[in-house]
Amino acid sequence: MNPSPMDPRPSAKKDRIDSLAETSGRGGTATAVKDVHVGAAGKVKDTGGVSLIASAWARLRRNPVFLLGLAITVVFVLLALFAPLLAPNDPTKRMPELLEDLSRSTNPVPGPEAGFPLGSDDFGRDLLSRLIVGARQTLIVGVFATLFGLAGGIILGTLAGAFGGWVDSLVMRIVDVMLSVPSLLLAVSIAALAPRPSQWTVIIAIAVVQVPIFARLLRGSMLAQRASDHVLAARALGVKQSSIVFRHMLPNSLGPVIVQSTLVLATSIIDAAALSFLGLGNPDDRQPEWGQMLGASQQWIRDYPHLAFYPAACIIVVALGFTLMGESLREALDPKSRR
Amino acid sequence: MLRFIVRRLVQMVGVLIVLSLLLFLWLRSLPGGTVSAILGERATPASRAAMEAQFGLDQPVWVQYAKFVGRVLQGNFGPSTAVLPGRDALDIFLQRLPATIELSLFALAIAVALGIPLGYFAARRKETFLDNASVVGSLIGVAVPVFFLGFLLQRVFAIELGWLPVSGRQSTGLDATRITGFFVLDGILTREWDAAWDSFKHLILPAVTLATIPFAVVFRITRASVLEVLDEDYIRTAESKGLTARIIRGRHILRNAMLPVTTTIGLQVGALLAGAVLTETVFGFAGVGDALATAFRLRDYAVLQVLILAAAGIYVIVNLLVDIMYAVIDPRVRTR
Repeated sequence: MNPSPMDPRPSAKKDRIDSLAETSGRGGTATAVKDVHVGAAGKVKDTGGVSLIASAWARLRRNPVFLLGLAITVVFVLLALFAPLLAPNDPTKRMPELLEDLSRSTNPVPGPEAGFPLGSDDFGRDLLSRLIVGARQTLIVGVFATLFGLAGGIILGTLAGAFGGWVDSLVMRIVDVMLSVPSLLLAVSIAALAPRPSQWTVIIAIAVVQVPIFARLLRGSMLAQRASDHVLAARALGVKQSSIVFRHMLPNSLGPVIVQSTLVLATSIIDAAALSFLGLGNPDDRQPEWGQMLGASQQWIRDYPHLAFYPAACIIVVALGFTLMGESLREALDPKSRR
Repeated sequence: MLRFIVRRLVQMVGVLIVLSLLLFLWLRSLPGGTVSAILGERATPASRAAMEAQFGLDQPVWVQYAKFVGRVLQGNFGPSTAVLPGRDALDIFLQRLPATIELSLFALAIAVALGIPLGYFAARRKETFLDNASVVGSLIGVAVPVFFLGFLLQRVFAIELGWLPVSGRQSTGLDATRITGFFVLDGILTREWDAAWDSFKHLILPAVTLATIPFAVVFRITRASVLEVLDEDYIRTAESKGLTARIIRGRHILRNAMLPVTTTIGLQVGALLAGAVLTETVFGFAGVGDALATAFRLRDYAVLQVLILAAAGIYVIVNLLVDIMYAVIDPRVRTR
């Protein structure tokens, strides 16, 4: 639930986000570190610079943790893209073969049988197909929640970081208030506002929680950019304020925000499950989603725990994949760890 | 130092004022609103108008807000409609609070007792099997949905193995004396050892569930912080002076590395509050989190107001205390 529980640089929650922004903001995409060798005659030999991205990639390529995360993510995305082709059955159809075994009194959840390796759900539908198609809905929830949170954060963070002064103070006070409510509580409160919960109310509730984190992160690295030499140079050359912000400051400030997005992909999938568990998820089970399946399985959990185990295992593996990727990205992009 | 505290207090009051405004607007925009929640399907235009007048909903918005703030300051949130119908909402919160504090403290103790030593050893043996395994382990801990972990532990240790109780705070047959509302403490104070032991057993599974995320955070921060300190020149100096490993560890490494860790521990309150909602629901543990989940499900707005305001208030106050503590420990913070 904690937006970035894995952050290695603490102090207050706010400062923690800020310091994150600094570490990667300092590097930015524009900087290059040069290996300088001094020759025998005292001449400086320039061996050329290595950009932060190139050096990060060189280290990531050999990092097993990153590769594992990447592999999980790629498999998950492929599964989500080709879900309808891969699913053996219609995930929304009550299968006649399974309905034969299903009776409310004696056997409400038929087990595995020929053609249905994972058996049925509590409604006579093919569990395996629902899981496969569920990958797509889960990816949609994760990606859109992250994108909306990112968009809100970029708007607020850019306002604060680019203008400074009272705009900055105002935006940051809003952000402080949003950070003062524990994140799950905020998400639940927003989800409760919807007259009829749906997939989109879930996505919005999760996204709003991420906005203040992204905003603070972006503002931090924009402030670092504002004081940097290339922005000063652009200003001295008379470049318009808008192009300084959008072409010089913003692109160079996005590093930490992108890393955070990877981690948010993981937390938003877990949050969606928590909302479903609390009865505020998407009630429409014609669009199976792992969190929703896990949340709905609680009424059967005593007698048919496998209904919970499969979606939970999927969520854990995918969330772990995103987290492993995000954590190793952060480490690789941190100029401090380039030794 | 005093100026720092005053400035932070003013900021906190500002945050709380904005929060009360947001809570007021939030309550007004909830689907159906208070009147429909109480009258339900039976509402006729006449009964709606009568009830709106009774609650002052026909008055201008700012008057309503002023009245709302007045009621909040007096602690008058009205009676609960669904969690415990008829009981005062504030009473329900106060009665439930000790359970959540007891659970959270126990969970925090587990997280700290495991997280700090493990973080230290992982850092000292960087990039060994122990280090990698515990880092990946902590990441898995974060990836598991809290309520699912609860179900899993409940199933294995309570239902299958029968070692620990399935749910609740105390076995029903026990007629234990209540003094503080902290059941374990009550048992110790009254020397009802069986009651204390029984409550303790009820605490174990929920506390372990609740501890996973704080544990992962404390572990990772300790590890990162120790790694950073190990790189410092004064450690090399201490080593070259010939100080014993024990003194270097205690006086140079741990004392410096614990600075960020102490504040992180304070900041886990938010994670604990959020986790308590899920954990208490799974284990039927009658605390604040369980009441919150029930209030959301049954739309008990009186209880929701108290609980949300209290959760945010506790969080903001603990944050303030953490900031002040940090300023006391680390003088560099005060000047910022």
